[in-house]
Amino acid sequence: MHELSIVMSIVDSAREQVAKHQAARVESITLEIGALAGIEPDALEFAWEAAVPDTVLAGAERHILYVPAMAKCAGCGHEYEIQQLFEPCPQCGEYFSDLLQGRELKIKTMTLMAND
Amino acid sequence: MCSTCGCNQPSDAVTITLIGEELNAQEHHHHHEHGHGHDHHHHGHGHHHTHAHDHGGHHHHHSHSHSHHEHEHGHGHSHGKTVVELEQDILQQNNLLAERNRGFLEAKNILALNLVSSPGSGKTSLLERTLKDLREEFSCYVIEGDQQTSNDANRIAATGAPVVQINTGKGCHLDSDMVNKALKKLRPTDGALLFIENVGNLVCPSLFDLGEGARVVIISVTEGDDKPIKYPDMFYSSDLCIINKTDLLPYVQFDVEKTKEYALRVNHHLKFIELSATSGEGMEQWYEWLREKASP
Repeated sequence: MHELSIVMSIVDSAREQVAKHQAARVESITLEIGALAGIEPDALEFAWEAAVPDTVLAGAERHILYVPAMAKCAGCGHEYEIQQLFEPCPQCGEYFSDLLQGRELKIKTMTLMAND
Repeated sequence: MCSTCGCNQPSDAVTITLIGEELNAQEHHHHHEHGHGHDHHHHGHGHHHTHAHDHGGHHHHHSHSHSHHEHEHGHGHSHGKTVVELEQDILQQNNLLAERNRGFLEAKNILALNLVSSPGSGKTSLLERTLKDLREEFSCYVIEGDQQTSNDANRIAATGAPVVQINTGKGCHLDSDMVNKALKKLRPTDGALLFIENVGNLVCPSLFDLGEGARVVIISVTEGDDKPIKYPDMFYSSDLCIINKTDLLPYVQFDVEKTKEYALRVNHHLKFIELSATSGEGMEQWYEWLREKASP
């Protein structure tokens, strides 16, 4: 359940931004999560519901941009989308590849609401 | 609430104890260091992605998305809304502190290894033997991570090596803050070897950089030989794979070559050492690897 640690880190960042901008709370937050970032969407959802109430993120809309994982074949150089780290190249069948993207785990933006 | 284990009860507290100096110091460890994200302040639109990876004309399709809502940026400027473009790694706090640990260790020419595996792969036995065999050659220090008990640390302490036990309570992995605090108690000398035995778990520790010089994943022949593709993240993020308990190979259905092949599919940079911490077979290869890594 490292997703709980992940959510707690997000809460910390949100708290920090709210304080810095003297806002009241977060209206919406956009996360970017790679397909191979090691995050289970269901576990994230569960952790979110457990950790977010009573924080500046309570009630915030959460948007998640899923980044597909792309690999580059070490044999022929072909770039292809993968669902798992060990998928062979669809062009030459080579298993060795290097990951180009898909491990992103980022907070992209937050929209903060000011005190009225 | 503790950000590691999500606990709010003292019984779940993370404790960090230098064995031999247990001053019943039950220190609950929270990490609330706050970061210095570089954030740009944007009112309104300005939704420009700058991406680290832009591979030869290959652009990401961000909205490949299963995201259910459209972004709405900048609903006006006047309603007291601020859109903060953070572009910040969620694990930034952990990563920053990991880099500080790494800097400290490098400056002292200490080789730090993060040992990861399932429970029961023989990490502690491997360490015990290593510490005894290398006693004359290196100053060795150990950080033991377990959810509960200091059993492993006591086993290590019996070899004479200084050891700090981190009990993570309900936490499933070590993080860089725990290691940072443990280092302050351990005070390793220049040129030492530092072994960090992570919590036995092939999933969660893979995400958390501790500041180590190399990550070593240990698999034993009593496990399934398809572990590397069942738990690819850990094999992806490791530098060396130790296949332990090779003395048991005659008694188990474990295909060493198949395991290596699977692991290489996940990470073709991975190196392998087959050994038995019990019989001693293959240990010399491991020590050679350590010597090479430790040489400045």
